[in-house]
Amino acid sequence: MSNKTVLFDKHVEYKGKIVDFAGWQMPVNYGSQIDEHHQVRNDAGMFDVSHMVIIDLVAREGGDIKAFLQYLLANDVAKLQQPGKALYSCMLNETGGVIDDLIVYYMTDDWYRVVINAGTREKDLAWMNKQVARFNVDIKERDDLAMIAVQGPEARTKAFEVLPLDVVEAATPLKRFFGTGCGEWFVGRTGYTGEDGFEIMLPGSEAAALWDKLAGSGIKPCGLGARDTLRLEAGMNLYGSDMTEETSPLISGLGWTIALEPAERDFIGRKALESEKAGGVKQKLVGLVLEGRGVLRGHQKVIARDGSGQIVGEGEITSGTFSPSLQRSIALARVPVEIGDSCEVEIRGKHLKASVVKPVFVRDGQAV
Amino acid sequence: MSEVPTELKYTSSHEWLRVEDDGLITVGISDHAQALLGDLVFIELPEVDTEFVAGDECCVVESVKAASDVYMPVSGEIVEVNEALVDEPEIINSSPYDNGWLFKIRPSADELADMMDAEAYQAEIED
Repeated sequence: MSNKTVLFDKHVEYKGKIVDFAGWQMPVNYGSQIDEHHQVRNDAGMFDVSHMVIIDLVAREGGDIKAFLQYLLANDVAKLQQPGKALYSCMLNETGGVIDDLIVYYMTDDWYRVVINAGTREKDLAWMNKQVARFNVDIKERDDLAMIAVQGPEARTKAFEVLPLDVVEAATPLKRFFGTGCGEWFVGRTGYTGEDGFEIMLPGSEAAALWDKLAGSGIKPCGLGARDTLRLEAGMNLYGSDMTEETSPLISGLGWTIALEPAERDFIGRKALESEKAGGVKQKLVGLVLEGRGVLRGHQKVIARDGSGQIVGEGEITSGTFSPSLQRSIALARVPVEIGDSCEVEIRGKHLKASVVKPVFVRDGQAV
Repeated sequence: MSEVPTELKYTSSHEWLRVEDDGLITVGISDHAQALLGDLVFIELPEVDTEFVAGDECCVVESVKAASDVYMPVSGEIVEVNEALVDEPEIINSSPYDNGWLFKIRPSADELADMMDAEAYQAEIED
């Protein structure tokens, strides 16, 4: 229960406050998570995300990775027509619950790269290995690689000052949500903050040197605390909080990631989602903005009202925090679909008013 | 390394106490506690004139990360609260022992003997 990434010594050196996260000793901040948050929104910050799991899918003779992923994932990798393109998807169980959310990069017909969450590593791999049998595909964990996310409006420019020239050349033309390999390195123009930037995968032995160089170019180290407020402002779900094996994507704000067309594609969880839809989806994930003072937190009760002010049931906050960008408390909440544009949240016995908004609060530095 | 001023008393739930010349007791949270909580963004202060017994939850401080109760360290009546914290709870982070004080109590019993001195508190947070 105390794994360390190859950058652990750097976190200590840069005065990171270390906490346990999904069995990993990770920095929650390097002083102030609010300062780190603003650093990413206004300039550039970097995160060690080496605890996340990088998996290469490699086709054996006659293997078919595309067919495997079309069966394994709720989103359809057939959308990935250009090499390097990335896709966000849920991996579902038979009852339509979410085993994990992940990013898959299509590199060639014989090589896809997948990034999954650290906390779900063992069950994800067990599930993938169980489903892969008939597809002739190897599932290779790339524990030899570290991953550093550089995020913020200045992140790419500053990273280019210190990245190896061949990596700069490979990464310069990348459009958003594309990745590219460069020798043993890999750069994706992706992230979990709502800002532009890169996720850089590289051999673990080279990670500490890159960390120092990135810091030298003005990209400040940021901890998991800022990562959470940034992703929540951006309206990005957190696995284990906003969706789990007990909740379907349809009630988790992830309907947009479900590809029901073409109708003949059989994927795990499809039947459950179709019957859920046929029966009428009862809940949805919304954004909440607390009108007064206080802090919304996970598991707080939401009293939902429709447009005319009638109570239409109860909901629950799945993620809540104080938004450093908006200077208000914000949350994601699972509520009855009939909810109107305001509700109350129960905090320590008091009912506080919150407005109901689309679940995205800040994008590219701007309030939305 | 957290600062632990020697002239103060402490509780195991990380409140500090200072006995003022007029007999009132000023209460705050320790440097160690503010560091554990991280950036503070919200405070719910007790109402002036309310009486509590030692151990009551009387105040809530919330950081970006978590909400944390503050406990009444000794029995008594709240006579003053630090209103400046309502708009700027981050004062607790920058000045936990001075400008970041939370409230003042008129004690109703002499319970100070139950409190830790700086040395004992220092030992406790080093565990």
